[in-house]
Amino acid sequence: MSKWLLSGLVTITALAQVPDPAVGKKIFESQCALCHGQTGTGGRGPSLNRAKLAKAPDDEALWKVITNGIEPEMPGAWQLNVREVYSVGQYVRSLGAIPPEMLPGNPSAGERIFQSKGCAGCHVVAGKGAGYGPELTDIGTRRNGAHLRQVILKPSTLLPEGFLYVTALTQTGATVRGIRVNEDSFNIQMKDASGQFHSFAKSELKEVKRLRGETPMPAYAGSLSAAELDDLVAYLASLKGKL
Amino acid sequence: MKWSVWLAAAAAFAQVPYDRIVNTQNEPGNWTTYSGNYSGHRFSPLTQITPANVAGLHVKWAHQFESGRTETSPIVVDGVMYITAPNSASALDARTGRELWKWTRPIPKDYQSIGFGRVNRGPAILDGQLFVATLDCYLVALDIKSGAERWSTKVEDYKPGYSMTLAPLAIKGKVLIGVSGGEAGIRGFVDAYDAVSGKRSWRFWTVPAPGEPGYQTWPQDAKFKDAWKTGGGSTWVTGSYDPELNLVYWGIGNPGPDWNADSRAGDNLYTCSLVALDGDTGALKWHFQFTPHDTHDWDSTHVPVLFESDVRGVKRKLVAVANRNAFFYVLDRASGEFIAGRAYAKQTWAKGLDDRGRPMVIPNTEPSADGTIAWPNLNGATVWFSPSYSPQTGLFYVSTREIGSIYYKREADYKPGTFFAGGGEAGIPNGEKSGAIRALEVSTGKLRWEFPLHSASWSGVLSTGGGLVFSGSDEGNFFALDALTGKPLWDFQTGGAVTSNPISFTVDGKQCVAISADRVLYIFSL
Repeated sequence: MSKWLLSGLVTITALAQVPDPAVGKKIFESQCALCHGQTGTGGRGPSLNRAKLAKAPDDEALWKVITNGIEPEMPGAWQLNVREVYSVGQYVRSLGAIPPEMLPGNPSAGERIFQSKGCAGCHVVAGKGAGYGPELTDIGTRRNGAHLRQVILKPSTLLPEGFLYVTALTQTGATVRGIRVNEDSFNIQMKDASGQFHSFAKSELKEVKRLRGETPMPAYAGSLSAAELDDLVAYLASLKGKL
Repeated sequence: MKWSVWLAAAAAFAQVPYDRIVNTQNEPGNWTTYSGNYSGHRFSPLTQITPANVAGLHVKWAHQFESGRTETSPIVVDGVMYITAPNSASALDARTGRELWKWTRPIPKDYQSIGFGRVNRGPAILDGQLFVATLDCYLVALDIKSGAERWSTKVEDYKPGYSMTLAPLAIKGKVLIGVSGGEAGIRGFVDAYDAVSGKRSWRFWTVPAPGEPGYQTWPQDAKFKDAWKTGGGSTWVTGSYDPELNLVYWGIGNPGPDWNADSRAGDNLYTCSLVALDGDTGALKWHFQFTPHDTHDWDSTHVPVLFESDVRGVKRKLVAVANRNAFFYVLDRASGEFIAGRAYAKQTWAKGLDDRGRPMVIPNTEPSADGTIAWPNLNGATVWFSPSYSPQTGLFYVSTREIGSIYYKREADYKPGTFFAGGGEAGIPNGEKSGAIRALEVSTGKLRWEFPLHSASWSGVLSTGGGLVFSGSDEGNFFALDALTGKPLWDFQTGGAVTSNPISFTVDGKQCVAISADRVLYIFSL
């Protein structure tokens, strides 16, 4: 075999494995989206618009899942060639990726502001803090700088999906206010600001008030300087969890 | 013979001749066919558990399956309960839940469920045999005493996407089945097999071939002339049966590809229809198409509910269907004539039904490249889980799903054994999602009461002679409502989502209610 032909083959083989985002999107939409949603938001299968996928911690695991499926529910895409599998994998990763961005602040300074402003009084980061509000250990993998900035300034304008602040009025006239932990057709569990759990049968309550668009988190617009805000955003964006 | 005498005999593994199933109302302590009777009622005439005492229900025993999301609806005959899981069946002592025998069939390594979960919704019983439909598309007859495999018949090749998840329907001398695979470009059918020999008696193709009636509703031009071969029309939910008319009523699934209809201009019969088939021959007596030229995956695969009522002063044999497309229909079940219909859940795709029951479709509600918002979502206002009809209240109870969706149209290339769907849906960001148990007047579909659920449920409904309605929720509640008012009377946290159909029966003369939740089957009694 001539040297020229050999190098040509190597090039072709290498090319054949370069993922093509357009190919990945097309295959995803026709073969995966039935269960995972056309935009990866999930359906009968889990959502995939997340930075970390439980069954696919790395790309090799993701390619394996795509090719072989997950018994008993997920069929494998046996019909795809290697390049198509890579392409689908790349597209799936893109669904949950926060595009890298340059943020102006200083993360270390931001961490000090996080402590001094009392954020840890409600949020857990890496095992420290109180768990009244959402855990922030890997918030940087889920939210971009603009989102974090808006939440800090006006939290009620960007509440996480499923988050609900509620007030329960008991038959004895007591009022319990807190974040809904769980709810079904008959019961509700909530957590108050002191971290205490409450469980009520709805039939025993006078009323459950759903405080839609409300949150116990204070708005920090006006109580942070522009530089402090930059630093705090940079700190939160740097929280990537255990990678 | 009275049911109490059957009970007194209490001979385990009693034979179940066809006449016992036809007259199942005479032995309310047993549950002899998928829906409790051939009429699809999922109604138990038992009266021991009532609104006054239901608060005292407690777990009698539980059975754990090997895997979760169980959808089985048991058969119970004279103290023995028969249950299924994917490619397996068991007989349990209905008093204790202890296993009497178990049969399994290996699932082939290259088997794939294309577009649905690996589930099984239950067995059928006739004479001395139990019938089970398998994922790899075999119909199997088991000896009810030993679980020994008497025969197994290959229904179709699973490799292109055919599969079976439903409970078979055993009628006189025959066992009927339908197939899944509507997202894989199958051509659907309803089959009947001889109960003794396992040989196929007849097949009704749900998508007509060239030259057959109905073929004119598929494209005739050269480019798409083969669309019928991959036209879908799955048949994955057990039908009902009228022994007097000898007609089988079966719901037909979506056309393929689901969301991209470019290759299938026309109404696409008999997809999204109810068909009435001759029990002896499978010949089509009539059809009624609920959603012509469907583009939202609204299979008409539901349990048809047979009932009698006066229509303009004349007593008629009728069939009611709460459809995935959010409309409730009443048809004459001898002729297929449309009698009444109305929406029972939120829908945004039709202005209503015309005087023949055909939907007046609102333009631009079909899937598009950029996404089209429509209600209900692809799982529909209700889906495979059973409704219930109580002859006592005259109410049709249906677990209703209220979720909208963004529908996308994508390319569809047919490759056997892969998805052939042409699109799909995405949830509406922060969209409201809810559910309810609704009680509809059976003759009109008019709402009598509703019990709101925290979320859309996947549980079927059971109504009872004691005046109760049982159902479950996605949050694991199994609960009882007053059948007349919808008032909640009892609830139990099962620990897993309820995705199955409840039944009721007696053990030692005591009424029991059974439901599966995730991987556990619970039996409740007072």
